Order: sequence, then structure tokens, then C-alpha cells
Amino acid sequence: MTEHKEAYPDRPKEMERPLVPKGSRLKEAWLLFRRNRLAFVGLVIFCLFFLLAFAGRILTYGTKPVFNPAQVRLQEKLRPPLSLPKLETLRTDEVPRLGRYLFGTDHLGRDVLARMMQGAWVSLTVGFVSVGIAVVIGIVLGGVAGYFGQHLVRVDQILCGLLVLLGLGLLGAGNALWGTILGLGGILTIALTRKKGRKRGGPSRPWWVRFFFAGFLSVDTLIMRLVDIMLCFPSFFLILTVVALLPPSIYNIMIVIGLTSWEGTARFVRAEFLSLRELDFVTAARALGVSNGRIIFRHMIPNAVGPVLVSATIGIATAILTEAGLSFLGLGVPPPDATWGNILADGKDYIFDAPWLTFVPGVAILLVVLSFNLFGEGLRDILNPKLRRRS
Amino acid sequence: MLSFIGRSVVQKLVTLFFVSIVSFLVIHLAPGKPSQVDPLNPKFTPEMVERFRKEFHLDRPLHVQYALYYRDLFSGKTISWKDNQPVLKKIAERFLNSLWLFIVGTILTWTLSFPLGIRAAIARGGWYDRSTTFLSYFLISIPGFFFAYLLIIVVVNSLHVPVIGMNTFGIGDPPWYRALMDRVWHLLLPSVLGATGGIAILSRYVRSQMLEVEGQDYVRTARAKGVPEEQVHYKHALRNALLPFVTMFGLVLPGLIGGSVIIESIFSWPGLGRMAYEAILARDYPVILTINFISAVLVLAGTFISDVLYMIVDPRIRL
Repeated sequence: MTEHKEAYPDRPKEMERPLVPKGSRLKEAWLLFRRNRLAFVGLVIFCLFFLLAFAGRILTYGTKPVFNPAQVRLQEKLRPPLSLPKLETLRTDEVPRLGRYLFGTDHLGRDVLARMMQGAWVSLTVGFVSVGIAVVIGIVLGGVAGYFGQHLVRVDQILCGLLVLLGLGLLGAGNALWGTILGLGGILTIALTRKKGRKRGGPSRPWWVRFFFAGFLSVDTLIMRLVDIMLCFPSFFLILTVVALLPPSIYNIMIVIGLTSWEGTARFVRAEFLSLRELDFVTAARALGVSNGRIIFRHMIPNAVGPVLVSATIGIATAILTEAGLSFLGLGVPPPDATWGNILADGKDYIFDAPWLTFVPGVAILLVVLSFNLFGEGLRDILNPKLRRRS
Repeated sequence: MLSFIGRSVVQKLVTLFFVSIVSFLVIHLAPGKPSQVDPLNPKFTPEMVERFRKEFHLDRPLHVQYALYYRDLFSGKTISWKDNQPVLKKIAERFLNSLWLFIVGTILTWTLSFPLGIRAAIARGGWYDRSTTFLSYFLISIPGFFFAYLLIIVVVNSLHVPVIGMNTFGIGDPPWYRALMDRVWHLLLPSVLGATGGIAILSRYVRSQMLEVEGQDYVRTARAKGVPEEQVHYKHALRNALLPFVTMFGLVLPGLIGGSVIIESIFSWPGLGRMAYEAILARDYPVILTINFISAVLVLAGTFISDVLYMIVDPRIRL
């Protein structure tokens, strides 16, 4: 209040001009954030991890990387951290870049620092891409269930949907012709019969025709039962099954983790949409003739994004842990590339002789996951309007 | 009540039916065939593969395979493709091993997280609260396999006890008390590891539940009429805070078969998780599908039990 007066002495007094919140929401959020010390530490580690991962991406890839994670030096195996290389036994291009092995070397004499930097990028992309997939699926399905949930799905549409699924299944199994025919046929039938439902279900038809075109389930029920089905699978076991059956690749892991972790987001978004839909500003927008798409994207999603953001942050932590677990079991990224999980898995045979091979990646995973968890919890506090200062 | 039970049983059966379809499709549509697991094995001639496919109905269309598989499952005749053993017998054997871990882990979780959470709620904002908060984030974030190796290093270096496997190898036929101690030592680390995540999450939940109840009017009233602090916390607040946890007994059920793959493989514990992992690697579809089916049944039964328990303990709930 006083700042305004000093900076702009000719402005009208506080009561005479419209009351706007002092300071932007961002600034307020930042102040709240500074007070939450754990979350702030989380954010700092989070930023460091970002830098490390991007540096790792730039410095360890390519034909002549600055830090070579795949450089084998058998005469230098299992050197402890901070030890100096024996320069007389190494060629010039084998000498570690920093002049010493900052994190030691593994059982093949590879520099653990370079491998950690390469692995950081893998963890980062797995975390973000898989959670991105999960959040998109969750927002779309949750949003549809929350906004269009009361619409009924007709029996014929469900049957066509099953046809599409069957077609996709056949496509996956290699039967391209029938798969395409069934899939396209199903989609076209749904699209063409969408609007005309009322006429056919008239009372003059026999009962089975009416049943065929009758509203059967609401969209909401359909989607929420799908969520229930997904929740029945033990998630790590399901991921393990699919990853083991698919060819080993980092992209498969991202997709599989994404496809199996959207249920929470969908539930959040649905609940938010159900309550937002009844609020006055949405009714007002609808009364003004704003289209459904604009109401959803412009008015509802920005208001529902808070809990999604929190669950996404914590979801990234979970995804990083899952990827590390898969790599640890040997089902992750194929061998020459390093991930934090497989550095640890390689080091487990030397746990008493070379504990740094366990501790460096273990502590790194712990710190990153911890920072995401703390940051997510801090975010939850910030987005909670009850804790915001009312001054 | 009865109509609720009827409706929810029907709903759960429908869900289970779809789960069985989805898991069957996921496994059978993934690239790679079980008959290709070991193409370099000279014993694996094309005739062998053909016989193998015929034997296990792999030459039939998918929906027939589906019907055949579930017919076998319900009549208890499914056999593993790997060693021709009945699947249910294999699972029952491993289940008994996992049961040990499950029981000890559950006892640890439930006995430790309540005191931790309650004390943190009472001392809200104090150093105890803050350190348990941090500790629980720490335990949630630590990768299980890393924590396992930390514990192995500490326990093996300082206590000099064997921890891998279910018994010490070659221990022979020791007196019963030695055998018991041996089993306890082997059980300790895996079950502690299995319980860490549970302790961290459950103690946070206990804390927030306790805080919510402490803010209620009846607690303030109790305090205002001069009830001693101890009694306010443990008699007025705690009893009401315990309500939601009754339902969690149902949600414990899926843990029976969840058994951690990673922990069991680190400690060479011959439990269900490890068996599932081996089955996945060997593409032993009947074993994978059966474990999946049983765990889906347990999840559904767990939610059902927790719903019913909630209705019994909380008369305000009308489902």
C-alpha cells in the first residue's frame, strides 16, 4: 500500500480506485514457496538435475563426446572416487576429462561420472514423457467423463466401439486388411449415426430394434469402469510384463509407463470438472453462447490444472523410480547406454569392494525423486487457496 | 445393504470379465511367440514347435484359446508351459513363502505407523513432526533396491548374519531354536524393505486424519470442560480418527500377491513376485495370466470388503 503511494504520489487513494490484488499471483506463490523450506530445496535440486541432464545430453552423445561413457579402460577398473588415473598406461584420448575419476570407475574401467551424466538424460526424459502421456490421456478421458458424462452411449455405438477395438487388435496381430476394414467401418458408423439416434428408436419398431438404439450406459459410467479395470492390474507387474514382451527400447518404456498411470489424473480431472460445471462462470459462458470446446479449454482446464500439476510432479518421481527398477532388473535401456538403474545393477556384484558403484547412482536417484516429491507437496500447499494470505 | 452388495458383486464380476479379456489380449498380441523363446536350441526343431503349438492350443484362434484357458483355470487344470506342473500348485507353494513376508511386513507397517503418525499430529509443527515428515518423504523416495543394498551392507558388516535366501545354505539339521533364529534373520530385511513404503504413507495418513479430528468441535469441547490432555488425544480424538483405517484392512488384501519382484530377486526369496518375474522372462503365459487373474480378484475383493466395512462402522454412509 505504502509502496504505491511513494512511487505514484498523484494516484487516487486506495479506496477510490478498483481493488486489484497487490502483487501478481506468481509473486505471491513465490513468497509462499520461499517460506516452505523443504519444497524450496526440492526446487533447487530439481533445477540442478535439469542442468545435469541437459549437459549430459550434449556432452556424452555423438561420435566424439566430451565425456565418453562407453570408454573401456580395463587396466583402470574399480578405481575409487577422486582417484588419479595412471597416466603412463592410458592413451591420450582415454584420460578422463576432469583429470581424475570424480565418481570412480566401474568393473570395465568406464568413468562413472560420464555414465551418470548419460543416465540423467534417460531419467529425465522417461519421467517427463511418460507423465506427459499419462496427463494427456487423463485430462482427455477425465474431462470427457466430467463434462459430457451425462450423455448416454447407445448399444450400437458400444458395439461399433468394440469393432474398432477388434480392428486395432487385428492390426496389432498383423492382419492389416481386416483390421483396417473393421476399424474404419466402426469409426465411420459411429460418426454417421451420431445425430440421427432419436428417429430410429421410435415406438413403432420391434423391441429388439429399440433396444439396439436405446441409451445404454452414460459416458461417465463407461470411462469410470475403464478406470476400474485398469486399477485391477498390479501396475509394476503389468509394466514388467509388457516391457519384457516388447523389444527393448527406451521409447517402449516411456509409452508403457504412460499408458498404465493415467487413472489418478483422470479421476482428479473428472471430479474437478463435475464441480466446475455447476459454477456460475461456466453457466454464464454457456449463456453467452460460448462453444463447448472454448468453455473446456479456456475456462475449465485452467481452473482444474492445480491438482493435475501436483499429481504430475509426484508422478514423475514415481516414473523415474519405475524406470530405475526396470533397468535394475535388466529390462530397461539396452546395455551400452547407461541409466542410473543399470549402473547400480552392474555395481551390485562389487558391493563390498566398490560401494561407490551402488552409492553414486542410488543417492542420485534418491535425491532426484525426493526433490520431485518435496516440490510436488510444496506446489500442493501453494495451490491450496486456504493457505494463501488474505491481506 | 443387501441391494448394495448385490449390485456391487455384479459390477465387480463384469469388471473381472473385462480384466480377463484385457490381460489375455495384452499378452497374446504382444510381439514374440512363446515357441520362439529359444530359437538357437538345437532340440527345438520345427516339428517340436508344431507339437508344442498343438499341445497348448496355440494354433487355434484367439477367442478359442481364451475360452480354453479360462475353462482350464476354473477347473484347476492349467499347466505351466515351462515344466508341465499344475499352475495352481506352483502358485500355492510360492504363496506360502510370500505369506511370511506379507505377515511380518503388515505387522511392522501397522504397528509402527500409528505411533509415528499420532505423535507427529500431537506435536504439530515441532521438531518431531518435521523430522518424521522428512523421514517419510525420504522413505517414499528411496529406491527399494538401493535401500536393500544399504541394509545388506550394514547388517552383514556389523552383525555378521547371513541374509540372502530363506535359510542359510548348508545349515544342515540344527536344533529348532537355531533354525528359528536363522529364519528370523533371513525374514527381517526383506520384510522391513517391504514395509518401508507402507510405513511412510500410512503414518502421513494417520497424521492428517488425526489433525482433522483434533480440529473438530467435540475435541475443543472436551478440552474446554477440563478433560486431561492425554485423554483428549487418545480417547476423544484417536477413536474417531481410527474410523477410515478400518476400511484399509480390505485394501491390504492385494498386497498378498503383489510381493515385490525387486526385493524378492535381490534376496533370492522364492516368493510369488520372483516366480512371476521368471514366468514373464520365460513367456510362461498360463502362470502370468493366472497370477494376474488372482491379483485382480484380490483387488476387487479388497475394495468390496472395505466398502462393506465402511458401511458397518460408519452409519452415516449409505451407499
